Amino acid sequence: MTLWIWILIACAISYLTKLAGYLVPAKWMKNQRMSRIAATMTIGLLASLTVVNTFSSGQQLVFDARIGALLAAAVALLLRAPFLVVVIAGAAAAALLRLAGWG
Amino acid sequence: MCPHGARVPGYCRWVKFFQSPAVKVGLSISIATGLYGVSFGALSVTSGLDLWQTMALSLLLFSGGSQFAFIGVIGGGGTGVAAMTASALLGIRNGIYGMQMNALVSPRGWRRPLAAQVTIDESTATASGQEDPGEQRRGFWTAGVGIFLLWNLFTLVGALAGNALGDPKQWGLDGAAVAAFLALLWPRLKGKEPAAIAVVCALATLLAVPFVPSGVPILVAAGVAAAIGWFTHKPVPAGMAPDIEPYDEPYAGHDGSHTLAESERRAAGQDGGPADGADGKEAT
Repeated sequence: MTLWIWILIACAISYLTKLAGYLVPAKWMKNQRMSRIAATMTIGLLASLTVVNTFSSGQQLVFDARIGALLAAAVALLLRAPFLVVVIAGAAAAALLRLAGWG
Repeated sequence: MCPHGARVPGYCRWVKFFQSPAVKVGLSISIATGLYGVSFGALSVTSGLDLWQTMALSLLLFSGGSQFAFIGVIGGGGTGVAAMTASALLGIRNGIYGMQMNALVSPRGWRRPLAAQVTIDESTATASGQEDPGEQRRGFWTAGVGIFLLWNLFTLVGALAGNALGDPKQWGLDGAAVAAFLALLWPRLKGKEPAAIAVVCALATLLAVPFVPSGVPILVAAGVAAAIGWFTHKPVPAGMAPDIEPYDEPYAGHDGSHTLAESERRAAGQDGGPADGADGKEAT
């Protein structure tokens, strides 16, 4: 039940962030530092989420089948595959490695 | 231009609508983006959210990166507050997009709260790649509303499928989450600087994992990224390009190189740009 509360708060923050963009004075838009922090933070968060989902299990760092998923996804992206194909490649790599008895 | 259906009311207007380049780009990006709602839906239910929680995220939060971040933290054993924080930080860029769309699309009255909800990477990219104000507007609304409808439809499909799968690991769904985050990150890694930021934040995360509770390493990385942004800012923001460049499509009349930095300059209203008259106060 508490998860619901955080979901609804996250939804409210998401909407208010978007709406704020339409309501703040236009001159704020020229604040290059804010734009830049939004950009670097987006990159940093996505990089962090990628490695957390690959290497962490609770508070431990582990090496398992998810590394295969990371490599397969990278190859698919290098080949300019669309998003859904990249995701399927990642899932298939992890599933096949587990089937082969690793991770 | 519209000889056959002239007797049907509104027919010609619809034909004209679908002939607009911005609408074509918006529709194709809607289909491409909407489809990957399947992976969000499936991953969300296997991360421990139920069907309605999953649908709440797609309907109300509606921002792919933030939604994946939320379920990524929960799936990794993090708390609700950590998931909410990661999602909120990742959504900050939507506020920047909102300012740009306010200048380009300038929705008024009841359209403004609706425009806010569909202000995401893809609708912003579709609008800011067009030169003509009418086309910018059509591009924004087509991509925004189109993605909203399809994203939610396919989230539902994915959530139902995910519930039916059983053990998510057997199907490699944890690997799918890894791939999804890498795919969201990938288009932003143009040039050395964004790549360096990504590597530094990845290392900071790995160093933090053994020492802090689940979910917190992501916030550590956010702090590192914000510090980098604060101390290295320069006139033109780099790496601001939206997730997807719709103008890579073969029929596009643009070169695909429009970044938000460019549209920001245009939106700032120089040289009789498209923002003129839309929100003229910023032209000075």
